[in-house]
Amino acid sequence: MTTALREGGATGPVWEIRSESGVPSLNFGELWDCRSLFGFLIWRDIKVRYAQTLLGVAWVVLRPLATMLIFAPIFGRLAGIPSDGVPYPAFALVALVAWTYFAGALGSASNSLIEQAEVIGKVYYPRLFVPLAPVASDLLDSGVALGLLVPVLVVLGLVPSAPPILSLPLLFLVAACTAAGVGAGLAALTLRYRDFRYVVPFLIQGWMFASPVVYPTSLMPEGYRVLYALNPMVGVIEGCRWALLGTPAPGASVLAASAGSAAVLFFAGALYFRWAERTMVDLA
Amino acid sequence: MSARIVAEGLGKRYVIGRGGARYQHRTLREALMRAAVAPWRALNRRPGDSTQARGGEIWAVRDVSFEVADGEVFGIIGRNGAGKSTLLKILSRIVMPTCGRAVVRGRVGTLLEVGSGFHPELTGRDNVFLSGAILGMTRAEIARKFDEIVEFSGVERFLGTPVKRYSSGMYLRLAFAIAAHLDADIMIVDEVLAVGDAEFQKKCLGGMQRAAGAGRTVLFVSHNLAAVRSLCRRACVLHDGRIVQLGDVHECIGHYLDWNPDQSAASVRFDRAPGAGVWMTCATLLSDDRPATRVLMGSSLTIEVSFESDGPLHVPFVGFALADDRGELLLSGNNLYQRSPRYEIPVRRGTVRMELGTVPLMVGRYAASLSLGDVTRHDSHVVEHALWFDVVERDAWGTGQVPRAGESLLWWPTTFRLSA
Repeated sequence: MTTALREGGATGPVWEIRSESGVPSLNFGELWDCRSLFGFLIWRDIKVRYAQTLLGVAWVVLRPLATMLIFAPIFGRLAGIPSDGVPYPAFALVALVAWTYFAGALGSASNSLIEQAEVIGKVYYPRLFVPLAPVASDLLDSGVALGLLVPVLVVLGLVPSAPPILSLPLLFLVAACTAAGVGAGLAALTLRYRDFRYVVPFLIQGWMFASPVVYPTSLMPEGYRVLYALNPMVGVIEGCRWALLGTPAPGASVLAASAGSAAVLFFAGALYFRWAERTMVDLA
Repeated sequence: MSARIVAEGLGKRYVIGRGGARYQHRTLREALMRAAVAPWRALNRRPGDSTQARGGEIWAVRDVSFEVADGEVFGIIGRNGAGKSTLLKILSRIVMPTCGRAVVRGRVGTLLEVGSGFHPELTGRDNVFLSGAILGMTRAEIARKFDEIVEFSGVERFLGTPVKRYSSGMYLRLAFAIAAHLDADIMIVDEVLAVGDAEFQKKCLGGMQRAAGAGRTVLFVSHNLAAVRSLCRRACVLHDGRIVQLGDVHECIGHYLDWNPDQSAASVRFDRAPGAGVWMTCATLLSDDRPATRVLMGSSLTIEVSFESDGPLHVPFVGFALADDRGELLLSGNNLYQRSPRYEIPVRRGTVRMELGTVPLMVGRYAASLSLGDVTRHDSHVVEHALWFDVVERDAWGTGQVPRAGESLLWWPTTFRLSA
């Protein structure tokens, strides 16, 4: 929508406002200039979340834990799904911590624009921050959940070893990029087609069964695993299991496929968002 | 110093779908359905059908060019729907123009509403930081001005309270205090003065005056013509998205007040504003109980306002204000300060009759501005200068003498008693 003609100087920034067409740019420069606002938006999300809930931090642990308590008897016991040699509850719980982060971040990113339609119609700030802020603020929850998960694993008799654990931030970064890209795209779509918000929960549910949350990747035929890993959550979840439970490490090709796919989804979603941004406020 | 804002041929087009919806498909289901039947439609289309089927388009802003110099306070005047807000949104980068271009030099602070970005769950202190950041301040700037902002707002004692517990007055004061301390080169201000009580409005005007005095460039939209006159030297008048007058503020105000295409209607209809929960549908001016645009001196005035609402209402809050042809407010009334009957069974539509009695206006042109709202939802529909009328001479007091126009605005019927 706008181009910075010149930055700084006595008169401050100079903007050219005109109709824009063609391929959008991500405009990282502008995002960087406004990073302090991004910080505030994340801080707001976190503060509001913890101000409103009685249980606060407990929720971030209770959600994956409760889901595990449902999954373990059904998938682990009744269906007898293998769990790569670790107890099924631990196997599911680790995956669910990563999945809960991803699903939560994706869901709130998708709804973010509709929820904040009023503000973006009244003041300009980089709109990409709207879906990105919940993706970033949810990371804190996951950090807490992971911190509380380790004692649980120890109780279950599984002591994670130190070096692989250090890969967790990178794995969550992959999940965050995916949630950010897909979430930004869905947020823009939801603003255009209001009934998209009913599609998102189905998408998330379908995505969960397309990810190795309740079953191990080892069930997949060897030859299809890289293709399967184009779903970034495959690499993320298998990576988390390796880091926390000591299951066999996902191959480099699986990790590369997941990370590469996450990067593509991030840029594609963000670019679509930037393209949709041109008519965003007209639709809001 | 070069111009702060240069606009060249700015235009904004909105496409209007059938059925009055602003956009053609609002839902995916609709879009898919349409895509599915499109080939069938194309086969069956007769020549001449297409424009009707596609609905129309509206130019909210068209061919707008002007310049605002550094340190200038520039006013934008126009009736509801003239394109003022759209123009401000283009210049603040909120919406993209369909054509034309504008160059804006400097940091822009946009104030299209008070409390942009406020979060109800957060405390006053948190919201100062949050709203400040959204309006474009850095953390260090906000921290530096924090005490000033708090002092200006006068809500020191409630800084730790979530703003959802604030009274609407406190909320406005805090929100405006943040905005007033925005250190932008260019301030873009829309109607923020229209909310709040008289004291708050005075404070706002003072803040604007200070901003202007400090050499800021201000772009100012208001229905308050007196405020525009006192703050601005240059202005433009928008009508149907186009600039119809540009230059000296007095000439602009004169032009705006003279040039009202539908000024002589005793009854006007209104469209529902997008997103409004309660709105006026129609207003009529009656003189001695007959619809009128010419009012004889000394006859009674009545204003009837019909409304509709999304939800049932016990009391629609209505108000009017009469202004003369220079835009100076003469008198006003509403049922917020004064008791009025309620609907025993809440209604979704109805008519409010405001009987003003005999208003001792002198000969001249007058305009009635109207507002109707639901205070509990902070929702109101305001139409400035909705009804225009002329007061014409009559020997109202039976003396054979008629007070002359220009002596004063009101001729006050007085009881005279003599004593020796």
